[in-house]
Amino acid sequence: MLLLILTLIPFAGSFIAACMPTDARNREAWLAALIALTGLIIAIYLYPLINSGEVLRYRFDWLPSAGLYFSLRMDGLAWLFITLIQGITLLVVLYARYYMSPKDPVARFFSFLLAFMGAMVGVVLSGNLIQLVVFWELTSLCSFLLISYWHHRADARRGARMALTVTATGGLCLLVGVLMLGHIVGSYELDDVLAAGDRVREHAWYLPTLILVALGALTKSAQFPFHFWLPHAMAAPTPVSSYLHSATMVKAGIFLLMRLWPVLSGTEEWVWIIAGAGMCTMLLGSFMAIFQHDLKGLLAYSTISHLGLITVLLGIGSPLAMVAAIFHTLNHATFKASLFMAVGIIDHESGTRDMRKLRGLIHLMPYTATLAIIASAAMAGVPLLNGFLSKEMFFSETLEWGSGRWMSVVAVIYGVFSVAYSLRFIYVFFGKPAEDLPHTPHEPPRWMRFPVEFLVLCCLVVGIIPSLSVGPLLQLAVQSVLGDQTPSYSLAIWHGLNIPLLMSVMALIIGVIFYLLLRRYANLIQRDKVPLLYRFSGKQAYETVLLRLSSGAAKLEKWLSTRNIQPQLLVIFFTAIVLAIAAWPQFIHLNFTLTDQKAEPLFVALWVIGCACALTAAWQAKYHRLAALILVGGTGIVTCVTFLWLSAPDLALTQLMVETVTTILILLGLRWLPPRLTPQHLSLTIPASVWVRRSRDLGIAVVAGIGMAALSYGVMTSNVKESISDFYILRALSEGGGSNVVNVLLVDFRGFDTLGEITVLTIVALTVYALLRRFRPAAESIKLPAQQLHPIDPAIHQSAAQQAADGYLMIPAVYLRLLSPVICLVAAYLFMRGHNLPGGGFVAGLTFSIAIILQYMLAGTTWIESRLHLQPHRWLFFGLITASATGFGALALGYPFLTSHTAHLALPLLGEIHVPSAFLFDLGVFAVVVGSSMLILVALAHQSLRSHRQPGTPVTSSPTQPIKELS
Amino acid sequence: MEAVLAISIGILFGSGVWLILRPRTFQVITGLLLLSYAVNMFIFVMGRAAVNKAPITLNGMTDPALYVDPLPQALVLTAIVIGFASTALYLVVLLGSRGLTGTDHVDGKEPK
Repeated sequence: MLLLILTLIPFAGSFIAACMPTDARNREAWLAALIALTGLIIAIYLYPLINSGEVLRYRFDWLPSAGLYFSLRMDGLAWLFITLIQGITLLVVLYARYYMSPKDPVARFFSFLLAFMGAMVGVVLSGNLIQLVVFWELTSLCSFLLISYWHHRADARRGARMALTVTATGGLCLLVGVLMLGHIVGSYELDDVLAAGDRVREHAWYLPTLILVALGALTKSAQFPFHFWLPHAMAAPTPVSSYLHSATMVKAGIFLLMRLWPVLSGTEEWVWIIAGAGMCTMLLGSFMAIFQHDLKGLLAYSTISHLGLITVLLGIGSPLAMVAAIFHTLNHATFKASLFMAVGIIDHESGTRDMRKLRGLIHLMPYTATLAIIASAAMAGVPLLNGFLSKEMFFSETLEWGSGRWMSVVAVIYGVFSVAYSLRFIYVFFGKPAEDLPHTPHEPPRWMRFPVEFLVLCCLVVGIIPSLSVGPLLQLAVQSVLGDQTPSYSLAIWHGLNIPLLMSVMALIIGVIFYLLLRRYANLIQRDKVPLLYRFSGKQAYETVLLRLSSGAAKLEKWLSTRNIQPQLLVIFFTAIVLAIAAWPQFIHLNFTLTDQKAEPLFVALWVIGCACALTAAWQAKYHRLAALILVGGTGIVTCVTFLWLSAPDLALTQLMVETVTTILILLGLRWLPPRLTPQHLSLTIPASVWVRRSRDLGIAVVAGIGMAALSYGVMTSNVKESISDFYILRALSEGGGSNVVNVLLVDFRGFDTLGEITVLTIVALTVYALLRRFRPAAESIKLPAQQLHPIDPAIHQSAAQQAADGYLMIPAVYLRLLSPVICLVAAYLFMRGHNLPGGGFVAGLTFSIAIILQYMLAGTTWIESRLHLQPHRWLFFGLITASATGFGALALGYPFLTSHTAHLALPLLGEIHVPSAFLFDLGVFAVVVGSSMLILVALAHQSLRSHRQPGTPVTSSPTQPIKELS
Repeated sequence: MEAVLAISIGILFGSGVWLILRPRTFQVITGLLLLSYAVNMFIFVMGRAAVNKAPITLNGMTDPALYVDPLPQALVLTAIVIGFASTALYLVVLLGSRGLTGTDHVDGKEPK
């Protein structure tokens, strides 16, 4: 349970921090520090348990059917990393409190920082590999957000993108690797995987698995050839660099290799891949570090090389190398975090990090300078500091390893380089104080320096009395990884005069000489390019690859796809036809036993009209839009009658209403479409290519029609026994409490579907409304249509309201106004009886909207809206709330969502009425239908009243609001 | 009756497909309307055509053989309403596109 708390509190803290005001620096810092402190206390509290060799576990089911559990597991290694993360977080938070400027939005910063901490804790504690990858990707995302924290800076954005691309790609590889690992082992649980090492190593998939997992780890830990993202990630604020990009996140890759060490290591391939990558990184990183001018750049490359060193140790694969690797991970975290913070202080106080400008800082900020010098001595591996110890262990491991001595030579060269760049770093503190700095440096606030002091103290303590200070913790972690193979080792400064010591001394001396030589002969201080290696720019390669990818994708898109809609539709229909033809042999095996019922002549006549309407509409839609619309309406009415004929009264009602509303809708839209002249009017001849295209489309249309007819006929005459429909008919009355099965289906059995549907309806209505708010008609449609301006029509001199009052609409006005309450009553009637007889929320809603639309059509928008405030948005809101509340009501009473109940109420006058809870739900449907249809139609109708901006010109005041002008 | 229905569905569908493949936005919206009639009818006849068998169990008789299949009806009912919504959306996009591009061609530009 404590493990769960440990994982969750950072995320909770992240959420709280995100809700705080942006300038609450102190509160945010206190919150973050409190959370880190809690974590640290939990970790310390768990120490005795872990120390006794126990492995803590916490697990609950996540997707048990897929073998996925949310599982947390803490052993010695995880404990060590947790303590490291929490400790560093605490220091970084303290430091960041002073580092971040009051102008920065710190809420975001601390929120991301805490989220990152949670993700990192998740990675370390994960007891399930899939879950580990999830947290792993979360750390990449947090790192992206933190690097791009100052998102107004182009380098921050670029660096963040690069880091995300590289690490997330690696994470993807890791996911595949982990899936393969899980497949080999048969479980994703870490315990099972750790126990199955031999099986994994002998499996045929071992090599691909290893490569994929290694890709994940190497990208995360910035190993060659993926190292290039780390220096660019330095665009992040310094606390982030110190926290993520030196102490914790980049260690995640190392952690993963340690975690899976018992499973994957011990083979030739492991050594070549891991140690090979590590070695290249180590040399490359340390060499590049010498030639940086940016203090953070130097530290970044140095981080890369130290990570390389740890990777080499892991690659060597001997138990002692493992000890050295864990030890160096700790040491590196302490001295590198403190160095980053020191650099941050220098940057903060002097305004620059350029080593070409900075000089003599020891005179200006003696305290900070001393701390930084000690930490960089640890980085160089000077005796009495922690870096020396682990580096010496590294040297002795290289001696033991392999056949030749070349590995130890490489190690010494690395030592030389690291001494050289440490000297380069220290150099900024000596000499005459620089004059031309942006600010005059001075000591930072007391508590900003504290984290550095603390970490440097750790360096010293570990360096002088290792076995007393860090010994037990190290033992704990080593034990948990190596188990029985734990070697005996001694942590001490003095092991006697031996070869590793000699190597250390050699590295120190040659390093100093090398540095002096470089300064004298290679113009080190002002040199722009890294000698030899400047051609091999990882960044360049990365950008080339990305450029190639995107241009390749663009080419592929151009080649395979089109932006034109007609070819796309053509392909869709063509494919559908081909697939249908391919499925034909199976189709004709169906059981066609039903006989064709005799058609009544009236029915045939009906459909002759329907089909004629459809065909004529298809023919006329281009030049006679109004005619086509009327014809389509005719087909719609025939469909509606067919529904009625074939025992579907609900459908017939709905179709009739929708037909009406749709026709009005499109009529409202017709006004904004361009006039179209036939080719005869323009005396154009139609080119042959157009005829070819039309014939092709006609062919497809004919084939599609014939196919659809055949399919329908086949379906109608085939006999299928099994159907779920009987269930609904049998249960509608007894369980749904209504005898109109269709309505019961809608509001009860499939109520959740309907809830989704009315939500869609709401979304569409709001989208339509939003689109119309920015609607800009074409210039030539802004004027009133010619038909409305023809002088022979007396109506053009009247407003819509006058036309209804004493104009040509007087008679319809009288009876439609009389009818309007009747229509509303019909709507209410349809609604009330919907559960038992044809009707229901949909139909009632549409009927009600039509009652109102009729009034709109009669007297015009302005007249109606000065008398009736309908506010369709509120209807939508009310409808969705009512429908959902009905569902949640059932949930609150302990039934599944949307379970319905029926009550019978006895009312005076009305007698006993039947009130199912589905009734309330249907009320919601009603309100949504009214709201959405009104919102859509009214928004469209308003377009004629609005003043529109002429396209391409700034706001014009004159030409619109035609109706008002006329009145 | 089945044959009449099948042929009608075919004709509606064919007209719809023809219109959908046309270049003018209004033709496409008409095509969509016709297609939705055809498809709604098609889904509806999945429950087989039957006269005087409306699925209203008012008199308490619950022998499924007496009623037509209610499930396709419920599906088609929602489809009709959603069809209205998508027609509205398409209409507004059509009008907006015409206003922005100055043409009613489906691709937003006149063919060369």
